[in-house]
Amino acid sequence: MRRLSGRVRLPRFRRRRAGGRQRLTRRGRRMTLRDLFSEALAGVAARPSRLALTTLGTVLGIAALVATIGLGQTAAGQISDRFDAVAATRVTVEPGETDGPDGEVALTQLPWDAPQRLERLAGVASAGTFATVDVGGDPVRGVPYGTQEQTVPVAAASPGLFDALGARLSGGRVFDEGHDERGDAVVVLGRYAADRLGINRVDSQPSIFIGDRAFTVIGILDAVDYRSELQDSVIMPMTTARELYGLEAPEVLEVRTELGAAQLIGRQAPIAVDPNNPDLLDVTAPPPPGSLRDNVSADVNGLFLALGGLALLVGGLGIANVTLLSVLERVSEIGLRRAVGAGRSHVAGQFLVESGIVGFLGGLIGSTVGVLATVGVSVVRDWTPLLDIRLALVAPLLGGAIGLVAGAYPAWRASAVEPITALRSG
Amino acid sequence: MTPPVVEMSGIGRVYPGPPRVEAVRDVDLTIAPGEYLSIIGPSGSGKSTLLHLLGLLDRPSHGIYLLDGVDVGTLPERRRTRVRGERIGFVFQAFHLLPHRSVLENVELAMVYLRVPRKERTARATATLERVGLGHRLDFDPITLSGGERQRVAIARALVAQPSLLLADEPTGNLDSGNAASVLDLFDELHADGLTLAVITHDDGVSARAQRRVRIVDGVMSDVAAAGVVA
Repeated sequence: MRRLSGRVRLPRFRRRRAGGRQRLTRRGRRMTLRDLFSEALAGVAARPSRLALTTLGTVLGIAALVATIGLGQTAAGQISDRFDAVAATRVTVEPGETDGPDGEVALTQLPWDAPQRLERLAGVASAGTFATVDVGGDPVRGVPYGTQEQTVPVAAASPGLFDALGARLSGGRVFDEGHDERGDAVVVLGRYAADRLGINRVDSQPSIFIGDRAFTVIGILDAVDYRSELQDSVIMPMTTARELYGLEAPEVLEVRTELGAAQLIGRQAPIAVDPNNPDLLDVTAPPPPGSLRDNVSADVNGLFLALGGLALLVGGLGIANVTLLSVLERVSEIGLRRAVGAGRSHVAGQFLVESGIVGFLGGLIGSTVGVLATVGVSVVRDWTPLLDIRLALVAPLLGGAIGLVAGAYPAWRASAVEPITALRSG
Repeated sequence: MTPPVVEMSGIGRVYPGPPRVEAVRDVDLTIAPGEYLSIIGPSGSGKSTLLHLLGLLDRPSHGIYLLDGVDVGTLPERRRTRVRGERIGFVFQAFHLLPHRSVLENVELAMVYLRVPRKERTARATATLERVGLGHRLDFDPITLSGGERQRVAIARALVAQPSLLLADEPTGNLDSGNAASVLDLFDELHADGLTLAVITHDDGVSARAQRRVRIVDGVMSDVAAAGVVA
């Protein structure tokens, strides 16, 4: 073993040497990660204009990717806005017809208690039935004996229909289960029907007449989400229509579901309504929102993602190219580092980290550009920009990863540089 | 008893070629602690090969090389790299300073791979730069310095890790006579402080400053005084 004593030849450094000197046999990595990064950063920062050009490819690639995904998400958001929460919760059930085995046509009818059957299902917010009523040509009038005869359509509804259609009233109330069970002679007027009958308030308990029968107006509709024909109609309870005008069956069952339950209810409703012949019912339910969004954004994204990927590939090749150039240019620096104690792995590590930093910077700038592009396009198109925040965070890392991959070959070349050749005066 | 800094016996280096070149033949060289040696020879004489062998940049084909009494010929590459960083300070003809890095950073570089703590690095680099008379240039970019100043930075970098041996390869080759003289004066001072130096040159004027001179011609080393040849 060597002896430390007597090795001191520079008296002014004596004190430090005794403590700071390392032994020949010392093992382990000698360069801290921080040193590796600061050396790599200094190497990158030494040529700012080249850095800018090198990052360009990655900037474009990452920007294209982020903008594509961002605009895809934004566009999908706008599209699903159109099919909003109301549309996504509407299920209708109508009796259908199928050909029987002997060529006869099998018919089915909605049962009177269809709303009650549906309301037992989890996920149903409200359900109600609707039917048009044939009043046998009886005129509908606002006063008992007037000249103003109106042809106003008459409809029947179960109490739950109003809620199922999202009806709002401008005055009064809608009929309830009690009115329906008793077959009370009450009606709710659609907004336009009320106008035509000259009735604009219900607090005076006005009546209308269908033929000779008087009906008390208990409410006037202001708006409905669907079945706007109700606005033109006089609406009476189902039982009333059945008893007075011989209504045979409801025509359609309207169901409003909880958000996200529409597809499920669409499958369950026919079985609940008619367990014996569920196939005879026509059910209309909204398509799953996911498939809607996927279809649209898949079209938009495919091409742009391909372009972004291409730009990234070019960006990575650019980094590889410039880093390789830089290795050749800095051969003497590599030689010097080897001379002052850097191993091959240190040299390779430095160039790898340098290209990783370049890629990361490119990713950072590209991610910013992509987000700005998404916001910019959204502003111009009057959209609400939607962007997964994770994308903006992952994009720079992707850039860094591309830089690392691109730097692998140049780093290997750098580590293979022989210090002898590198240091031969140059 | 302190071992010699360098103890080479029967060192040879053959480049297998083709053509097969025997660049250095059967060299026996001992450099005692505190010695100032110059190795002189014309270009192509094998002195660069000898420099690389001395500096652990190359491995001898045969022979034994003890550095500070340790046989470095048998060490694996990683250990040789480490020993090189710790025990040998290089001064090159072309300086090899990193552009766009301050003078101080250039000197600190010699300690980066030796795991010297950052604070200590700065303190030692500053002290060493003051020692070579560049205390007022710490934050300068090397490309703004004169050749003589650049070589002083390079010498400070070689000294800062407190090597056993300072190896200088044509240290004045790129300098005018004034700057060359001041660099050689610095070598004299360092020698007086106890540093072991080996200067490789083709210039008799440079080699004449050394305490002991050896000549290498066609790969064969001979003592200048013993041969009695002074050009």
